Amino acid sequence: MTPHLVLRVVSKLLIPLIVVFGLYVHFHGDYSPGGGFQAGVIVAAAVILYALIFGIDSAKRAVPTWFVKFMAALGVLLFGGTGVASLILGANFLDYDVLHPDLAHHTGQHIGIILVELGVLSTVFSVMMAIFYAFAGRAPDIPEGEW
Amino acid sequence: MTEFDWTQLLDYALMGMLLAVGIAIVRLRNLFAAVMLMGVYSLLSAAWFVTLDAVDVAFTEAAVGAGISTVLMLAAMLLTAREAEPVKAIRHWAALIVVSVAGAALFYAVGDMPVYGDPNSPANSYVGMDYITSTPNEIAIPNVVTAVLASYRGFDTFGETVVIFAAGLGVMLLLGLNSGKKKGDEE
Amino acid sequence: MIELVAERFNFIIVIILMMTGLYAVVATGNLVKRLVGLSLFQTSVFLLYITIGKVFGGQPPILPEYSGGYDSSSSYDGDAGLAAGHGAEAAGSAVPQGEAVQQTAEAIYSNPLPHVLILTAIVVGVATLAVGLALVVRIRETYGTIEDEAINQADYAVENARRNA
Repeated sequence: MTPHLVLRVVSKLLIPLIVVFGLYVHFHGDYSPGGGFQAGVIVAAAVILYALIFGIDSAKRAVPTWFVKFMAALGVLLFGGTGVASLILGANFLDYDVLHPDLAHHTGQHIGIILVELGVLSTVFSVMMAIFYAFAGRAPDIPEGEW
Repeated sequence: MTEFDWTQLLDYALMGMLLAVGIAIVRLRNLFAAVMLMGVYSLLSAAWFVTLDAVDVAFTEAAVGAGISTVLMLAAMLLTAREAEPVKAIRHWAALIVVSVAGAALFYAVGDMPVYGDPNSPANSYVGMDYITSTPNEIAIPNVVTAVLASYRGFDTFGETVVIFAAGLGVMLLLGLNSGKKKGDEE
Repeated sequence: MIELVAERFNFIIVIILMMTGLYAVVATGNLVKRLVGLSLFQTSVFLLYITIGKVFGGQPPILPEYSGGYDSSSSYDGDAGLAAGHGAEAAGSAVPQGEAVQQTAEAIYSNPLPHVLILTAIVVGVATLAVGLALVVRIRETYGTIEDEAINQADYAVENARRNA
């Protein structure tokens, strides 16, 4: 992959920015367009860009497959756990008002939304990564000349 | 439609491009070109979502449709075939008949649909607008879409997250995460 | 008639795009091409939902930064503002909140509900598309082709061989 000098330099500059932008989209999702779904996809796109340019093996060193599997399950658990937490505190499933006593400013709602969106981010990011690894990790059995 | 809204020109331009790209996708047999045009199609529909006020959706469509799904389809194409085989003429005619019948049925129903942009249409009258009026008092965040997504319809979103997780699980089961085509892969 | 159609141009275009996708699904034997046609269809369904939720003269459903009980100068995630002047503000908090509600009621917003439904549907759509593509990849590895007639013929050949044996 040595010939793509421009691609390598430019993507090295861009990938951190894409990740930061993804996190901005996530945490600013209450105030502007954005949220866990978009952020997860954007961060996954950054890692996929890295994998396309530097090779799938270096991407797997950066985001290992065990991490991907772990985070996919963790996201669903975090989402469900938030719901169960509000159940335990005596409200309905996913009724966040009980998560914080400050009802006047709906702090409980804000905490619940951030937790839930974190779960979504984690699941979406890792599922996108898992799908990409699954497809890219397979060696094509069509010879290159057939292009 | 009392007076002509100039932003509708943008709508018409985007619709024309969507149609052109859609028809090109159908006609192409080269899968690489079809997949790339699918990315273009997603980006165009994302642009149209912006003019339709659906900024969150446009964001997602641009990231998913033009980004991830294009990469996925390219990867799948690399593992399968580059070119679609030509099909018999009878199949084209059969498809044309199916499409005309289904399309005529849908066109017949168009007259009963609400007018474009109607604020009093059934879809826009009840629960959707309730979310806008009650979000400031009940959730207190500016982005109503996030409020509905994560709080009012949190259970929905939980289901969607589980579906995504299950789909990821399915792909892992079908293809394997670490495979590469090693020994023991084929039985 | 023309006016009726012109006022509902969004449905016309969505139906044509939908039928384009359906045609691509039916009129090809290539499985990847079929999945491309399915996503074409899917995207036109997204367009159907979003155009229904559009309100004339509306804006994206993002409310202005109102002050839900806080001083208007402080943003509302600030716990500092809460600690600083909560007692003083508590008495007068009902007034700005009422103003804010009035303000949001004046502006026209497009319907947020279709946006929420489609937002999640897009991400679910790509996940299910990936499952379909994975199945196609497995089919290619087993049969050596992704044209449906060739797959059928291979199946028939196996069936006939079994019957003759």
